[in-house]
Amino acid sequence: MNDIMNMSRRDFLKAGAVLGGGLVLGFRLPFAGFPFEAAAAQEAPYTPNAFIRIGSDNTVTFIVNKSEMGQGVYTSLPMLIAEELECDWHKIRVESSPVDPIYNHTMFGPMMVTGGSTSVRSEWERLSKAGAAAREMLIAAAADVWKVDKGSCRAEKGRVVHKSGRKLTYGQLAERAAKLAVPTEVRLKEPARYKVIGKPRHRLDSPEKVNGKAEFGLDVHAPGMLTALVARPPVFGGKVVSFSAGRAKGVAGVTDVVQVPSGVAVVATGFWPALKGREALEVVWDEGEGAGLSTAGMREEYANLAKTAGAVARKDGDPDGALAQAAKRISAEYEVPYLAHATMEPLNCFVDLRGDRCEIRTGTQFQTSDRNAAARVAGLKPEQVNIHTTYLGGGFGRRANPQSDFVAEAVQVAKGVNKPVKVVWTREDDMKGGFYRPMWYDRISAGLDGSGNLVAWRHTIVGQSIIAGTPFESVMVKGGIDDASVEGAQNIPYAIPNVLVDLHSPKNVVPVLWWRSVGHSHTAFVVESFIDEAAHAAGKDPYEFRRALLARHPRHKGALELAAQKAAWGKKLPAGRARGIAVHESFGSFIAQVAEVSVSPKGEVRVHRVVCAIDCGRFVNPDTIAAQMESGIVFGLSAALHGAITLKNGRVEQSNFDDYPLLRMNEMPKVEVHIVPSQEPPGGVGEPGVPPLAPAVANAVFAATGARLRILPMTPEAVLRAMKSA
Amino acid sequence: MIKLTVNGKRYQVDAPPDTPLLWVIREHLGLTGTKYGCGIAMCGACTVHIDGRAERSCQIPVKDAEGKKITTIEGIPDAHPVKKAWLAEEVSQCGWCQPGQIMSAVALLAEKRRPSDRDIDSAMTGNICRCGTYQRVRRAIHIAAAAGAKGGRK
Ligand code: FES
Ligand code: FES
Repeated sequence: MNDIMNMSRRDFLKAGAVLGGGLVLGFRLPFAGFPFEAAAAQEAPYTPNAFIRIGSDNTVTFIVNKSEMGQGVYTSLPMLIAEELECDWHKIRVESSPVDPIYNHTMFGPMMVTGGSTSVRSEWERLSKAGAAAREMLIAAAADVWKVDKGSCRAEKGRVVHKSGRKLTYGQLAERAAKLAVPTEVRLKEPARYKVIGKPRHRLDSPEKVNGKAEFGLDVHAPGMLTALVARPPVFGGKVVSFSAGRAKGVAGVTDVVQVPSGVAVVATGFWPALKGREALEVVWDEGEGAGLSTAGMREEYANLAKTAGAVARKDGDPDGALAQAAKRISAEYEVPYLAHATMEPLNCFVDLRGDRCEIRTGTQFQTSDRNAAARVAGLKPEQVNIHTTYLGGGFGRRANPQSDFVAEAVQVAKGVNKPVKVVWTREDDMKGGFYRPMWYDRISAGLDGSGNLVAWRHTIVGQSIIAGTPFESVMVKGGIDDASVEGAQNIPYAIPNVLVDLHSPKNVVPVLWWRSVGHSHTAFVVESFIDEAAHAAGKDPYEFRRALLARHPRHKGALELAAQKAAWGKKLPAGRARGIAVHESFGSFIAQVAEVSVSPKGEVRVHRVVCAIDCGRFVNPDTIAAQMESGIVFGLSAALHGAITLKNGRVEQSNFDDYPLLRMNEMPKVEVHIVPSQEPPGGVGEPGVPPLAPAVANAVFAATGARLRILPMTPEAVLRAMKSA
Repeated sequence: MIKLTVNGKRYQVDAPPDTPLLWVIREHLGLTGTKYGCGIAMCGACTVHIDGRAERSCQIPVKDAEGKKITTIEGIPDAHPVKKAWLAEEVSQCGWCQPGQIMSAVALLAEKRRPSDRDIDSAMTGNICRCGTYQRVRRAIHIAAAAGAKGGRK
């Protein structure tokens, strides 16, 4: 990364002046070629959009193309630019970028999207180069003014300084710099010289999040704006047969009742009249084929499927033969439920549709998809749709929907109302609205030889494909294998000579979507619990058992060892407490967690402490890593202890935080995060903290009670049942 | 017309009397720092102070708030030890729950100058943070307490 970078002229789309004087700099990287190569070719050759804008008033604005949903990108990405630009950190402003090809993802192809824990990984090179190029142009401008050699000037804290001591601020230089050619090669810093990268920085978005001024989608307001709530079918896939708007329209404040493809929208002057109006609305629904669906029935169907051979995701050696000959065989079934993202800010979307313009303001992770969907609905060209990305009150994947559900629906509503309108989802709407983490059923067996070595592993996975039916299907589903269904299971790191991983992808009407850590959210639970079962069957310590099988995976092993060491693995704990361990790789990072738990006689699992070790390669902001690990651990623990979306007669049984509980302060364990020093390429941090948590806790419960928890969530009833059969 | 006193300012609002205070604060007064999360007193995102006590504004019909002293996140000064501790400890992630967390914390510290972990559990358990910032919330409250938070009643 620290070599001289050669860039083609085309990499920089434009350096130019901003209105009122100043420098703007845009930059692109060639795409990795995935998955919409063709669309890339149609990009406009010129775009005024940029990543860096330096005003003659010395303000430095970074236009960030990733959505800030808590993961800290409005700080980590500016840190990358600031490192090279040598600007004054306190003068930095952050703006969300519009939708434009220049802001497309550098790994995923021609689309603007935030997801897959990729923001830092995918922008590191581009933003470093952009910062370095801008710095070089400012230095060249100063050298020009002073008629001196560039080599005698340096940049520091937003100024160019000549060795004579003369100084000019970036603001004074910006306009002149804008007229210079963009350098075709820039030298990036040696990591040893980093001043910003790798050191903790306060978040740039904190002050406005603490004083209440940060604008989220739900906070958007415009003159004359109306608020709409949509009555959606009680069953996924249902349709409106007829409705009567009379009583709804009788509610003071209700202005319109309009049918949209997803249901019937009640439009009013505010949230409360819209809610009252919706309560008064009478709709006759055709519930469709989903009306018979129940998770209990699906569980049976999945369990039967799991007994049959699926599409093969991985086959090493002769797993069946090795199993048959093994000295000892173990097998088990694991089950995890549908889960809701339950972002703290419920879904919402503001749309102002007039004539040939559509202005959208919302918290979204997937601007390109949303813009295209909005254009389709509005009958406009994508360029006529502008999306302003507000802060997101949580994303976790829910706001990155290839079907653009909440955006497309809001544009539908706007079409029926000739005013700016904000569609708001109540918590209940959000909870029942689908796009869940799929429910999974796994059947898994292992064979051990006479000395307790793992010789065979056979893992059958059953659950809906997230990717099937989306534009990604052709790229991401190969030979019946959706990689997002098997990730973390198909690539288990343990040295086992005979391995089979196969997959069934049943279909039904329940909408599913990526949920923080995607497939890993379930595969890590199954694999890391079952490897623990294998260790127990082999009569070995679960930490040492894993360690021995990870000889060829030093990063797994490094994280595992650090977590074990920091958690004092093997040392005695107070009576009633026990430790469990798990390690998992996801999104380019390697994480091990040790959970310390106790279980009450009533079956309540209490997690006292979680020690987390992460190897995420080179990193930008260590405090963000700690925060994201804490966050992932809480997210994982909410799911492990409480989370379940269930269906009966096609209806989602949960509606709000009373029946879909999330972890609260009184259940919060002490969390410690340790970073493995690493010079490996950067890995993600937003998601990978989640997967190891559930198995670490389940393994600790086993160590404490002898009860193996193979079904999530670990409700007291489930724990008591497992304890009885232990 | 309903008369309200919010952050020391008087307002007259034209809203049906059963409208939850939350929506009046957000939509009529334009003070969007107070957040909606559940509408059923389960999350604490809508927490405001009414006569100094932390209350869930989604549960209070606006007519019941007449004549009371209402404080929202916008009414807590930036120099308040709780807000300062929140920045120092870098509590916020997505930020949606944070105004509610801060309002609960300010009210707790107004009542107990040096709260124990147990006090924090009981005062803060009604505030959900989906981003999982609880450990930092706890730390920030202890730090604000040490800095001598007396806020909440101005
Ligand atoms: S919105 Fe009032 S407690 Fe959740
Ligand atoms: S910071 Fe996101 S919900 Fe608390």
